[in-house]
Amino acid sequence: MEAVDTQTATTAPAPPQTGFEADDETTARHGTQQFVTFAIGAEEYAVDIMQVREIQAWTEVTVLPNQPKYMRGVLNLRGIIVPIFDLRCRFNQGETTATPVHVVVIIAVGDRIIGILVDRVSDILTIDASEIRAVPDLDDNGESDHIIGLVTAEERMVALLDTASLFKHEIIETSADDL
Amino acid sequence: MDDYAQFKVTYFAECTELLADVEIQLSELSTGSDDPEVLHAIFRAVHSIKAGAGAFKFTQLAKFSHEFEALLDRMRDGRIAVTEEGVNLLFRASDILSDMIDAAENETDLDADFGHQILAEISQMISGRTDSTPIAAATDDSPAEDSATSTPEPQGPVTYHISFAPKAELFKHANEPLLIVREMKTLGEVAATPKLERLPTLAKMDGEEAYIAWDFELITTAPLEDVEEVFEFVTEDCSLDIIIAQSEQEQENEAGTTASTEAPPSPTSNAPQASKSPVATKVTSIRVDLDRIDRLVNMVGELVITQSMLSQQTNDLPADQFPNMVRGLEELALHTRELQESVMAIRMQAVKSVFSRMPRLVRELSAKLGKKVQLTTLGENTEVDKTVIEEISDPITHMIRNSLDHGLESTEERIAAGKSETGNVTLSAEHRGGRIVITISDDGRGINRERVLSIAREKGLIAENATPGDDEIDNMIFAPGFSTAEKVTDVSGRGVGMDVVRRNIQALGGRVSIQSTPGKGSRFVMTLPLTLAVMDGMIVQTGGAKYVIPIPNIVESMRPDKSTLKRLPNGQNLVSIRGQYIPLCPLHKIFHIENAITDPAKALVVLVETEEYGITGIIVDELIGQQQVVIKSLESNYKPVTGISAATILGNGKVAPILDIEALFRISQALLRSEIDQLDQQNTHTDDPHHLNGTGITPPLTRGVESHSPSSIG
Repeated sequence: MEAVDTQTATTAPAPPQTGFEADDETTARHGTQQFVTFAIGAEEYAVDIMQVREIQAWTEVTVLPNQPKYMRGVLNLRGIIVPIFDLRCRFNQGETTATPVHVVVIIAVGDRIIGILVDRVSDILTIDASEIRAVPDLDDNGESDHIIGLVTAEERMVALLDTASLFKHEIIETSADDL
Repeated sequence: MDDYAQFKVTYFAECTELLADVEIQLSELSTGSDDPEVLHAIFRAVHSIKAGAGAFKFTQLAKFSHEFEALLDRMRDGRIAVTEEGVNLLFRASDILSDMIDAAENETDLDADFGHQILAEISQMISGRTDSTPIAAATDDSPAEDSATSTPEPQGPVTYHISFAPKAELFKHANEPLLIVREMKTLGEVAATPKLERLPTLAKMDGEEAYIAWDFELITTAPLEDVEEVFEFVTEDCSLDIIIAQSEQEQENEAGTTASTEAPPSPTSNAPQASKSPVATKVTSIRVDLDRIDRLVNMVGELVITQSMLSQQTNDLPADQFPNMVRGLEELALHTRELQESVMAIRMQAVKSVFSRMPRLVRELSAKLGKKVQLTTLGENTEVDKTVIEEISDPITHMIRNSLDHGLESTEERIAAGKSETGNVTLSAEHRGGRIVITISDDGRGINRERVLSIAREKGLIAENATPGDDEIDNMIFAPGFSTAEKVTDVSGRGVGMDVVRRNIQALGGRVSIQSTPGKGSRFVMTLPLTLAVMDGMIVQTGGAKYVIPIPNIVESMRPDKSTLKRLPNGQNLVSIRGQYIPLCPLHKIFHIENAITDPAKALVVLVETEEYGITGIIVDELIGQQQVVIKSLESNYKPVTGISAATILGNGKVAPILDIEALFRISQALLRSEIDQLDQQNTHTDDPHHLNGTGITPPLTRGVESHSPSSIG
């Protein structure tokens, strides 16, 4: 069923821009890191490529009762049950109206596997550690805590996500809490 | 040292099995069994532990097991009588052994003199108690003779008559009688007489056969063990008789020797020799890494899901158009089911591994409590899934502690009550209706219902004026925070006992209850699913969402008639069935599901049995069907969700949550209470939010909702 879309979606975003981006940088391989970038609306975010397990087209998930709004539900990823989070909603910009063209990025956070719902996957960035800028300590709504750094890619600003802190309540805390 | 890490893992795994085996054989021994194989089995186990300990340089362990083994060796060949005291010592020695193995495994250091008490007792028994040996008692020439750490060592030279008849295998295994004779010569004077009776004529002679046998007369001061050691490597391949031709001891030692030819003692313990032990039985089992099995189980789980998906997709395929397809799918269904069952069977283990830990517990506890206790275990071979085995040890331990501490009376009390001095505790396991039933019963004082009731009232566990039945009172000991122990002991009675036990068992999808007869004893009955990996589930739908209700919980399902539906003033819906009022739990409300049927009269009610609330009903839209589901943890990637115990994957590849019935009802009760609170506020503020779908709700009730719920159905 959706398996077909999934396949195409998985392969689609991977190959494109890597080519020329990587070529420039191969010489200075040491300090470089690769990031997968994705977007919600006009904002771009990125996670370390090593964290990314796969990329899927959005499929209907199973809603779990009484969960925060940004927790969209769970997905069956070849037998393991993976929670899917709405990144837009996590940043308090309203719920994403998900369609099959929306994308779920499956990432590993520690030993947990989670999915992030985003509008689209855009790029793979290869950047030197020195290019990562600190987050300006301006806003105090606490959300900048979840961003480890900023990168400029072709005039666009990309925020590097701290996935562990972003969903720490959902994936780190276990049991203990009763009713 | 780390190079050996993987071997050590195997060694410790083996030790655990061996110790369990020792424990079982010891219990056998303590029941007065005189089967020589029992002692042999213990000896072999301890010997293997010793061999490994030596190889890994666990000196303390090796030393202890050596002494232990020496004692066992004397017991099995009858030089030391197997007395009650002796068995007791063996038990304690095996406890020490197990502690030492634990210490070695966890790399903790024990005191240098750990277990020296037992060691002293062992050596005392080896040296001092030989005179109680049935045969030796008659002879008893010199106690000093037996004081050596090994075999009797006579001061003067002894004549051994050795008859030695090699078999053809001896030569095939590259042994040589001449070398044996030479080795014997190092011990003392040897006179050899060949026996040529079997020697055929040259024409008939087969070059591969062994025809010649010998009678040796060996005069030596060496002990019997040394003589036997000469034949160490050939005992399998020859017929051998070693007779001491001296005193009347002859008889006894002969007995010893014939016994040892079956399983040669290995006095100096070198590992290779241990592996040559003739008890090398045919290999009927292999050791497989658990991870591999888990992977297999997972994959089969996936296969089952795929299979059910396929059959769902092709259900309405016309059989006459695609006969092969339909038949193939039917076969696939059969095969997957069978495959799954066989894979599950791999993980099945006998509860023996848990039960065998209990005698020690009882021994230690009864010593601490000063009570005499006899533990009987039944059905140790009952098999359950590995996942369950891991989980049942704690509850059983706890309940046995409880039986010993609270259940059984002190010796004086027992005598006063006209019972035998020794209290009896029985631990049994059996399969019943696809579940395992574990029963722990004692013949103690039973539950003191008056005291339980007064404590329950005192702690506010039941309403002041409620009059619960006997069964209900008995089961109050599972209530949170309940402990009847007048004084807190370190054995049990921290007040967190039985409620934790119950909660843990429920978390496994099990149930526990107690039956008690005052003055006669009490009985804990615990039932558990055979596996935690698959389950029979009923798939239900509410709104757009599908959920799974565990079949074992389900009593029945029904479409309630409007006239049977009642409503309590606090908003609790009830359905009256056969004279019983059963509380209903609105699933859609608890889970905030949209588009669900909210009117119970139009919906379906699934009656389920809960531990805490008796029989209760869950309101759902419809039943989808029954299916075997593979249980998947939600918590491996997410946090726990209240009301949901796990999840499964349906035939369409979608995830469906499995309902945690107990938790659902807790939420539903909490919800009612908070609604009452909200009502309170509304009454003062006169604003009307749209919270309650019902109208005309009369103001709050007291908190005693639970006591209104019908008593559990027996």
